[in-house]
Amino acid sequence: MSILIYAESAEGKFKKVAFELASYAKKVAESLGTTVTAVTVNTANVSDLSKYGVDKVLKVNNDKLSGFTAKAYADVIKQAAQKEGAKLVLLSSTTDSLYLAPLVAVSLEAGYASNVVGLPVSTSPFQVKRNAFSNKAFNITEITTDVKVLGLAKNSYGVFESASSLTEEDFNPTIGDNDFGVKVQSVDKTSGKVTIADAEVVVSGGRGLKGPENWGMLEELASVLGAATACSKPVSDLGWRPHSEHVGQTGKPVATNLYIAVGISGAIQHIAGINSSKVKVVINSDADAPFFKVADYGVVGDAFDIVPKLTQKLKEFKANNS
Amino acid sequence: MKILVCISHVPDTTSKINFTNGDSEFDTNGVQFVINPNDEFGLTRAIWFQEQQGANVTVVNVGGPDTEPTLRKALAIGANEAIRVNANPTDGFFVAKQLAEVIKNGGYDLVIAGKESLDYNGGMVPGMLAGILGYNFVNSCTELKVEGTSATASREIDGGKETVATSLPLIIGGQKGLVEEKDLRIPNMRGIMTARTKALTVLEPVAANNNTKAVKFEKPAPKSAVKLVSADNLDELINLLHNEAKVI
Repeated sequence: MSILIYAESAEGKFKKVAFELASYAKKVAESLGTTVTAVTVNTANVSDLSKYGVDKVLKVNNDKLSGFTAKAYADVIKQAAQKEGAKLVLLSSTTDSLYLAPLVAVSLEAGYASNVVGLPVSTSPFQVKRNAFSNKAFNITEITTDVKVLGLAKNSYGVFESASSLTEEDFNPTIGDNDFGVKVQSVDKTSGKVTIADAEVVVSGGRGLKGPENWGMLEELASVLGAATACSKPVSDLGWRPHSEHVGQTGKPVATNLYIAVGISGAIQHIAGINSSKVKVVINSDADAPFFKVADYGVVGDAFDIVPKLTQKLKEFKANNS
Repeated sequence: MKILVCISHVPDTTSKINFTNGDSEFDTNGVQFVINPNDEFGLTRAIWFQEQQGANVTVVNVGGPDTEPTLRKALAIGANEAIRVNANPTDGFFVAKQLAEVIKNGGYDLVIAGKESLDYNGGMVPGMLAGILGYNFVNSCTELKVEGTSATASREIDGGKETVATSLPLIIGGQKGLVEEKDLRIPNMRGIMTARTKALTVLEPVAANNNTKAVKFEKPAPKSAVKLVSADNLDELINLLHNEAKVI
């Protein structure tokens, strides 16, 4: 038996979450005295996985899998798990992996725990800690099946290097036509921009910015930090910013290293969506805004004065520290 | 078209989250329960199909008698009938098995469930339903159209959206976008009155495994107070982010 991870890639390059997942799997494998196998789909160069403790890669190359099809991908992961006799199958928490995991779990008759935030609390019985109640609590879940599927919450473990010698093996799972009942027609993706899902830093604006015309200064701040931009629900409801930027309970979840909220009061629904971020900074003219209760650092004052100054100072800081 | 909307009965967003019985159970004391927001978007889209395309909408919940007011609310919003599977929803797979039984027996063409509930945040029931039944499945669905037995849907992807073509029978993991927030409906008096006379069928559960169990709950450690930095001293903020938080 080994641990199987699905190492996700985009345009032939591994996503950072794949390395986080590998780091996590390596640590669990050490405690169980086993090895880590990764399954990859249409990724030509897999050597980077050897930096994070992966022992073996099952490389799947198949033109049928050039677009993401959940059933077919789930089928690939299931067959890889069976081939390896994996008792533990690990996925990340990207939208694609969240889509796959329950399908994989059912096909392997495995119990599934999502939103896992740390190493297993115990391996026998097998218990993990996970986020629940929209990040307002943790839940210790026990998985009672022989095969187990875990979804690791983004940015909850970290990336740790651990060199290994990697064996590569071509793997050709059987993919049936009935795996393709959902066909991709078009993909509409903003290119060349840091997405909220991939960003290490997110700069977010609320109604305090008064209008869409004032987003330029946030974009400048984001660009200095290599950050993605986001917004609160009222801002997307007013149509100032696209829905894809809405973060919060009913929008996108954010689990970045640094979240900077400008002119966002901090409604409970907003906080629920961003609370997994490690460090939170708030800039708001209202010292009583609820966001100050959950933030790590705060500046009380006029965003229109503070943001351009902060951008300028960060530029200087980056120039001196690069 | 027969539509089944799966409804989770969850604490209102603003509820205080506490646990009882040695931190093994959620403390429902003083908590207001609502239709899970992701399910409410799906329900409203289903009602749109009912009004525009003559669909019949059933709502279903796996839970105890205390969840019936939530189902009645869904009926007041416009669902034609309701089903409650009389069981404690202890595990995602167990719940999916109960719902799969309802779907098989009811012959539903379209099943809409929220992509996740806001209490346990498992995010697994719609996918497991698709796995158990072998139906087509679109998760994180933000747009849905049905013509005959063909369907077009959009789903959220990291950094954008993807449009897919598929066919019924279909399982949807829904979210905001299926309808907009402003289109969500508050039950009116007439809806509430007619909801009282609509059928709410109680079914006993079928035998199914629990693959997981919630052992215990914990609350996050209390946060230390915010460090305030003067607007005239932003160098200090950069210093803290660099040297203390180490995030820049």
